[in-house]
Amino acid sequence: MAKTRSNALLRVAKALLFLACLAPLARLGWRAWNGNLTANPIEYITHFTGDWTIRLIVATLAVTPLRKLLHMPALIRYRRMIGLFAFFYGALHFLTWLCVDKFFQWPEIVKDLSKRPFIIAGFTAFACMAPLAATSTAGWIRRLGGKRWQLLHRLVYVTAIAAVTHYYWLVKSDVRLPVLYGTLVALELGYRVVVWARDRRRRGIPPAPRYGKLASTGAEIALS
Amino acid sequence: MMPLRNSGDLRYSEITPKAFYLNRRKFLVGIPAAFAVAKSARAGVKLPSLARSPFSTGEKQTPYDSVATYNNFYEFGTQKEQPAKLAKDFKTSPWTVSVEGEVAKPRKVGMDEILKLAPLEERIYRHRCVEGWSIVVPWIGYSLNTLLKLAEPTSKARFVAFESFYDPRQMPEGRNAGIPLPYVEGLRLDEAMHPLAMLSVGMYGETLPPQDGAPVRITLPWKYGFKSIKSIVKIRLVASQPPTTWNIANAREYGFYSNVNPTVDHPRWSQATERRLGEFLRHPTLMFNGYGDQVASLYAGMDLKKNY
Repeated sequence: MAKTRSNALLRVAKALLFLACLAPLARLGWRAWNGNLTANPIEYITHFTGDWTIRLIVATLAVTPLRKLLHMPALIRYRRMIGLFAFFYGALHFLTWLCVDKFFQWPEIVKDLSKRPFIIAGFTAFACMAPLAATSTAGWIRRLGGKRWQLLHRLVYVTAIAAVTHYYWLVKSDVRLPVLYGTLVALELGYRVVVWARDRRRRGIPPAPRYGKLASTGAEIALS
Repeated sequence: MMPLRNSGDLRYSEITPKAFYLNRRKFLVGIPAAFAVAKSARAGVKLPSLARSPFSTGEKQTPYDSVATYNNFYEFGTQKEQPAKLAKDFKTSPWTVSVEGEVAKPRKVGMDEILKLAPLEERIYRHRCVEGWSIVVPWIGYSLNTLLKLAEPTSKARFVAFESFYDPRQMPEGRNAGIPLPYVEGLRLDEAMHPLAMLSVGMYGETLPPQDGAPVRITLPWKYGFKSIKSIVKIRLVASQPPTTWNIANAREYGFYSNVNPTVDHPRWSQATERRLGEFLRHPTLMFNGYGDQVASLYAGMDLKKNY
């Protein structure tokens, strides 16, 4: 009975999160409908989708620290959806650049991808997200095995660093937002390094009860 | 109220403040129209009897709203749509421009005088931003050399240094600009004396809106937009090359000359093409923004890859 109720709650919460993640797209659509995308709509759409990609990457990386610091292990159940939406907005961002801004001008696109550091960084961030989105299902966790799946999904760290670098290299002089996102990513990754170092030290002393906890984390990931 | 449209010797101080103008419109036409007004924010005062200029391009003009709502004016915020909102109450009257330095007759020129120094011309210029977008704008004003000659540059004068107005109280976003302010720009004297270099007081038949550099700015159609300094208060003739804001901020990316040049890329992006606001496909960017016939001789013998 209690379980059914908590499942129903989870479903409601997930539906709300889904809608919340779609809200930026709805807002963009509304602005487009009203002809309110500034005098340079292509640039506006590119920046808008890029902003939301990086925000959702930061949010995805916040899940693990928050669930541990706030003792809310259930938060893990929302991570995949946030991560997939980060990929979704990233794909919109990439496709806007490729199909609308550059309008399939392949020579220019290839030049950009090989010559322009900020574009290389952005493409790296996006390319590293793609396999994570593809292997986000429970089936893929089983197929790869929890450990290997986790290892693969550490690519999200590359994505986060590359995305912040992409943004920082793009702006002309006002670096407030790239620095803000960079700080958040640094805190999120720093937290993981601290936990990793602490666990290593602990594991070195007595054969820790820590393994049990790790295993349960794996199971939670597999279930979420 | 006097009929502004026909008044030949309109004093700058008589120009209706924008807030009153908007209020009157709102009062007259009600809320729905007020929304349209707010969106187009067209609050300039008509400038009378404009002479046509042989320098004008016949290309399609960019809509006024695009030029007045999509701005780089970091004193009023680094996002394109910020200046139109945050510069609304920018105080542009009274206003004087000081012409000083290596001149025989240093002087402070008020806006009333600036509006009368020479017949106002309409010049439709292409304007290319270093970021890769461009616009076609009917500017109003006259050649900058009119004002410079008035001050009689001495033989020591080889460069011209310009300075924008900066008041952190009116421009609180300036603190976040990431560039040193007040904004300063510069030209070689022969560039500044070139007839294409324009002292602009209006656009689209009206006085400039604040976000486009009210009440008076420089317009240099063959250079990247950031050279066309806005809301100027000081013009100083000097003997050596003056510092320029974007060059101070990032010398590798923004040179002193900054002539539009499709063959010299910005270190971070290509300058080969540009997007005309309001159009979908990019245009190829032209050398000197298409003004090579007039200005290329200024740079004869110079390595433009080095002097970017």
